[in-house]
Amino acid sequence: MKLARSSKIAALAATGALALVGCSSSDSASDSGASDGMIGGAECATGTIKASGSSAQKNAMTEWINAYQTACEGATIEYSPSGSSAGRADFINDQVAFAGSDSAMEGEELSQAAARCDANPPINIPMVGGAIALTYNLEGVDNLVLTPDVTAKIFNNEITNWNDQALADANPGVTLPDAPIAQFHRSDGSGTTDNFTQWLKATAPDAWPYEPGSDWAAKGGQGSKGSDGVAASVKSTPNSIGYVELSFVETQGLKAASVDNGGGAVAPNADTATAGLASAKVTPNADAGAGDLTMEIDYAVQDPAAYPVLLLTYEIACESGNSSDALPLVQSFLTYTSSTDGQSMLSGIGYVPLPAELETQVADAVKSLS
Amino acid sequence: MSTDLKPLDAPTPRVQGSSVRLGDRIFSSLTRGAGIFVLVLMAAIGAFLVWKAIPAFQNNTGNFFTTQEWFPDANPPFFGIAALAFGTAVSSVIAMIIAVPIAIGTALFIAFFASRRASTSLGFVIDVLAAVPSIIYGLWGLQVLMNHMEGITRWLNDYLGFIPIFNNEIGIYTKSIFIASVVLAIMILPTISALSREVFLQVPRDHREASLALGATRWEMIRMAVLPFGRPGVISATMLGLGRALGETIAVALILSAAFEINWHITEPGGNTFAANIALKWNEAGPIGLSALVASGLILFIITLVVNMIARAIIAKHKEFSGANS
Repeated sequence: MKLARSSKIAALAATGALALVGCSSSDSASDSGASDGMIGGAECATGTIKASGSSAQKNAMTEWINAYQTACEGATIEYSPSGSSAGRADFINDQVAFAGSDSAMEGEELSQAAARCDANPPINIPMVGGAIALTYNLEGVDNLVLTPDVTAKIFNNEITNWNDQALADANPGVTLPDAPIAQFHRSDGSGTTDNFTQWLKATAPDAWPYEPGSDWAAKGGQGSKGSDGVAASVKSTPNSIGYVELSFVETQGLKAASVDNGGGAVAPNADTATAGLASAKVTPNADAGAGDLTMEIDYAVQDPAAYPVLLLTYEIACESGNSSDALPLVQSFLTYTSSTDGQSMLSGIGYVPLPAELETQVADAVKSLS
Repeated sequence: MSTDLKPLDAPTPRVQGSSVRLGDRIFSSLTRGAGIFVLVLMAAIGAFLVWKAIPAFQNNTGNFFTTQEWFPDANPPFFGIAALAFGTAVSSVIAMIIAVPIAIGTALFIAFFASRRASTSLGFVIDVLAAVPSIIYGLWGLQVLMNHMEGITRWLNDYLGFIPIFNNEIGIYTKSIFIASVVLAIMILPTISALSREVFLQVPRDHREASLALGATRWEMIRMAVLPFGRPGVISATMLGLGRALGETIAVALILSAAFEINWHITEPGGNTFAANIALKWNEAGPIGLSALVASGLILFIITLVVNMIARAIIAKHKEFSGANS
């Protein structure tokens, strides 16, 4: 009995030691910066802040917060992925230190939010990039190419069979089956739908007559809840197609179509998507703070190395007039997330790092928060 | 009630008696308070829904009751609940058609036919069925049931396709109102069955034995003694089930394709319900979008109230049969 207990304790101690070793070895990259309270060029701050918003940012935030809290003792950051609109509302009501949002804050919301920032309008800071993949389930077809026009017609139920001539023209030499297309879209409101339909509207306005928005506008097809729902539906339905964030293609082992905007077919991956984001332009909103970094994605980009179906999500923060309790931690944390260290973490979990030039602009914007 | 009875208390009040009456008073005011609290709560919910729904009604450029679109955050906002009302009603009705006969059959079997051992374990299993979270039903419906429903729905289309609701013109049989209805039926089955069973067990032994003594078969005994006695109870059980079907959210949201059109072909992908739509749209809704969702919730609230009032009225009408209600 006694022997058994002492061996148990020994085992416990051994696992504890192992866990400690595991911790320090896996986090060696951030630990090197943390030895003097630094992470990714940011000086550690302490305290507790809350943030909420975009669920598309959830995984990025989780990773960032874990890394930050591991490196910086005494810092607690809570991010609740309650949706972009809810996040912006929380920000306006002064319930969170910053908000994550799939689209930049604009219009009335900016003036409403100014009240909590000591009468200064907040700014939009692009932080997490992503690519939307057209995922499909077609046996024997591994390199499907889609043009904006064909994609719009598929999702608007004008092209309903895989053997359609327009599809054959986009895929010379590929044998496409004579089978009806099972088309899946998001049944819930989503920033992914918003960005996907913005790309369709910008590149195929004739074939896509609907206004872009987070609610699916076309008739027909089948709706699934969440990107995981769409991915699962495509995976389990032969001859199907849907649109999901790139990360789902990787984690679910799905196939993603290359997109030909006119400059040649481009497969979606972190590199081509970063190249696509590089063509996005900063279009500061005059109603926002002076350093606003609202971006306009160039969905019509024709660079053969740049993937065009992109999404870019923002953090919304007070440019000045931050509460003195929250400011150091907000600034320090966002400095880390916009650093090369923070951004390079993204490609491993299905996101797209910001292009270098934008990364610098974002870092400057974060530095100017007060 | 208790005050009416007071004159009958012949003995002169003593210290002990007055303390009992104080307790009575406290207890009766507590129960009255609880009753009033529920009413106030309902009124507060109703008022909240109306108040929050006003911006949606003011800004809507569509017809709130007939439009089959949902773009409350577009400029100008354009939305209506026609498709939601249709989907909610149809899925609930089909669920009732499937669930009620099975539930009553199960209840009768447990109450009168099964051996004591079988009835205990069967009753237990049904109670457990009621405790399964709805997300589980949703995932099961989506990932398991849907794959096995194609045969049935295809058969309905092939052989009963001349009936419009079973006709499937597009050849895709997934994510339909029909599948959602089957899942709803399974979800409300335990509610209806468990309550009906309790009601059937209330049938006075004398009634049953008398009818058997008069030479009735077991079926005749059930038909003449049990069912009339249990009718109000079965109706209220059914209405409780209907309430759950009307308000079921996540299971339906997972299964339905969420289309904003009234489509009588119930085996085709499509359909949407009030509750599912609220769950699907809430996260990304803008200010008018939230208000529009609350407005649709208000309609569901009213529908549920009306359904329950009808159920109450039916029960009140048949009160003379009910031992439980007298």
